[in-house]
Amino acid sequence: MEKKAYLVPNPVTPCKAIIIETKLCKGCNMCAEVCRSDVMVPNPEKGKPPIVLYPDECWFCGCCIYHCPVPGAIRMEHALNQRIGWKRKETGEYFRVGMKNPPPPNTRPLVS
Amino acid sequence: MSSYEEIAANSALEWPYPVRYGEEEEVSADVLVLGGGIAGSHAAVSAAKKGAKVVVVEKGALIRSGSGGAGVDHWINACTNPCSKVTPEEMTEIIVGGGGFGGGYAFGHTTYIECKEGWDGLLDVEKMGVKIRDTEDEFAGAEFRDEETKLMFAWDYENNFTVRLWGADIKVALYKELKRLGVDIYDRVMATSLLTEDGQPGKRVIGATGVSTRTGEFYIFKAKATILSAAHPSRLWVFSTELQGGAADHSDPNSSGDGHAMAWKAGAEFALMERSIPSAGGFRYPAYGTGNAHNTFHPCTIVDSNGKEIPWVDRDGKVIKTFSERGFPSPGQRLCGHSFGLPSYDVLGPGLIPDLAERIYKGEYVLPFYADFPSIPEHERRAIWGLMVGQEGKTRIIYNTYSKAGFDPDKDMLQVNVLPPEAAGQHSPWWSWYDKAGCPPQWREVGFWNSGGPVVDWDLRTNLEGLYAAGNQLAGGGLHGGAATTGRYAGRKAAAYAGTAGETAIDRKQVEAEKSRVYAPVNCDGDIGWKELYGGITRIMQDYCGEYKGEQTLKMGLRWLNSIRESEAARTCARNPHELWRTLECFSRITAGEIIMHASLARKASCPALGFKRLDYPEIDPPEWNKFVTIRLENGEAKVGELPFNYWLLPPYAPTYEENYKLHAEL
Repeated sequence: MEKKAYLVPNPVTPCKAIIIETKLCKGCNMCAEVCRSDVMVPNPEKGKPPIVLYPDECWFCGCCIYHCPVPGAIRMEHALNQRIGWKRKETGEYFRVGMKNPPPPNTRPLVS
Repeated sequence: MSSYEEIAANSALEWPYPVRYGEEEEVSADVLVLGGGIAGSHAAVSAAKKGAKVVVVEKGALIRSGSGGAGVDHWINACTNPCSKVTPEEMTEIIVGGGGFGGGYAFGHTTYIECKEGWDGLLDVEKMGVKIRDTEDEFAGAEFRDEETKLMFAWDYENNFTVRLWGADIKVALYKELKRLGVDIYDRVMATSLLTEDGQPGKRVIGATGVSTRTGEFYIFKAKATILSAAHPSRLWVFSTELQGGAADHSDPNSSGDGHAMAWKAGAEFALMERSIPSAGGFRYPAYGTGNAHNTFHPCTIVDSNGKEIPWVDRDGKVIKTFSERGFPSPGQRLCGHSFGLPSYDVLGPGLIPDLAERIYKGEYVLPFYADFPSIPEHERRAIWGLMVGQEGKTRIIYNTYSKAGFDPDKDMLQVNVLPPEAAGQHSPWWSWYDKAGCPPQWREVGFWNSGGPVVDWDLRTNLEGLYAAGNQLAGGGLHGGAATTGRYAGRKAAAYAGTAGETAIDRKQVEAEKSRVYAPVNCDGDIGWKELYGGITRIMQDYCGEYKGEQTLKMGLRWLNSIRESEAARTCARNPHELWRTLECFSRITAGEIIMHASLARKASCPALGFKRLDYPEIDPPEWNKFVTIRLENGEAKVGELPFNYWLLPPYAPTYEENYKLHAEL
């Protein structure tokens, strides 16, 4: 166990909201350009992933995800206090967003 | 350094945009549109098509800004669509008569425009590339689909006045159209004040000032005609980023009442500002993200914890036997609207049993409830989960997130979030705010639609020359369809006026005074952040402008708001242009709160249709108060006026909607 601790304020609420996969992100900043709340700002180092500066202002509209050209480079997560579940009718099993060992994803696309 | 704030400030990276506080840019336009949401975008398209030089000012990014930027599933009251069995006149009469949405105090002319031009607006967006009909025949044979036109309808499958559309990317289409038409879009610029002739309130509006939310640069917009389309002040009574989460509040968070504040200070006349409704604050669950039977989820079957189905009834309380009947008017009913607000018996649509709360208490139905997707007809299931949830604002992300987590409506029943029986028993969006039983009494909001704002005439012009209004901005604003239609109408009118209007000269003193106001948070060395200021404003609204109002408490509220303006607001510090933006929005909220309190003082009677309760004037709707109460700022005082119901059909206007439309519509 590493014995390190940091002088930092409390984690921001309600959650991180927007998470950028830095390995996939190209730094095009499209997400920052479309965000109504200007949650992300460009990285001072050009070409690097933008900085999620105001996750507390996120409206969870998802537009940043819709405009990102690289699948998987950015994702949105609702805070724990916004997660609901569902019951499988035939078996009575209960699942929920964010559970450990989730069921396999439903791959049916939206009506186009 | 004794606070983390100081440590962070000392080692912070520099702001990534150029900082241009105080620098000015001047822009000229024929038609200036303040607010680039649905109303503003349609207004700009329409004005540009009339040949005007159009400038749009938007503090977000127009491509996705506003409540419509996150998507839309229903275009309501498009009464002239080829399948509609209700005329714009008839629908307007119903809504103005107290039926439909809002339960009264609707404005006939703006409602008529919504009903008359809705189909035209749909055809406009279809040409821009938005899908408005089931061209792929995925829903062939569905009861809500017309086989010939391939249009699909919601809620009333007999009268077909609400169109289902693929509106998730509608703003992108509007943005592209605006670019194609050569409209200048100033994104990331917050409009901060209206400029007037001689710099005096009450005179012709000749432009606006703005500030960049990224650089802090100051803008001076000179215009012949100005359209105000900055929606309404949402989230005025409650604020919390601890709880925000998915923020079920429908309104874009940038709806801070900037347009209201600007118009008030310029001397515009307002109505309906005393209207408010209970609010859950948008803190419950993501909109449309939990099981429901209402609106986008209509008419989904709901079952209880033991799988027992909760019956649906018609407007007479008679249990409906078939699923199909949930989409049709009740026996003897002309048409059924949707059960928003306080629908009258005339238009009340099918819903869950009205005594559900009682039966939960008795143990007949056991919480939690579930939306039983697997049991409903396939077309309906796919329409709700896959089309409506998918196209409606902020729902594509819900569909994708839940799908990734394994949710499959063919097999799964989506849980309804648990509410106390009173709220669970209401046929209402359970994730959010209409639950009168579930809302703390002091938590309110201005009203989802038909909320207060500047009064407009048949030209959608305010009392101020050169100033037009559209969308949720104006008194009695509607939803998406209302915004689009009043937008395109106001665009035509503003362009026509600009074509004949004389030149204008900006008053430098007015500009200097505004620059001083706008940059104060940057110049101060105060110790308050915008969030504390915001929270303080909402507390004043809760305490002094809550569910129950009275003269003493309202006057105290005004005293408090003014006191905040001179004390804490003057000590609020913005460390970068983004914080400046958020601080200036708080200044707008203070003014919006004042307008509401003045309007509340002016109405000396209680009125359920307006959600208005006065402890000192408890009499409900005495006949002498059945009117619109108006207010405006004159010489620093709130001047009270009135307008009769139906003023839009009284002199100087023509006596019928059709005639007025012919005379004013500028087609």
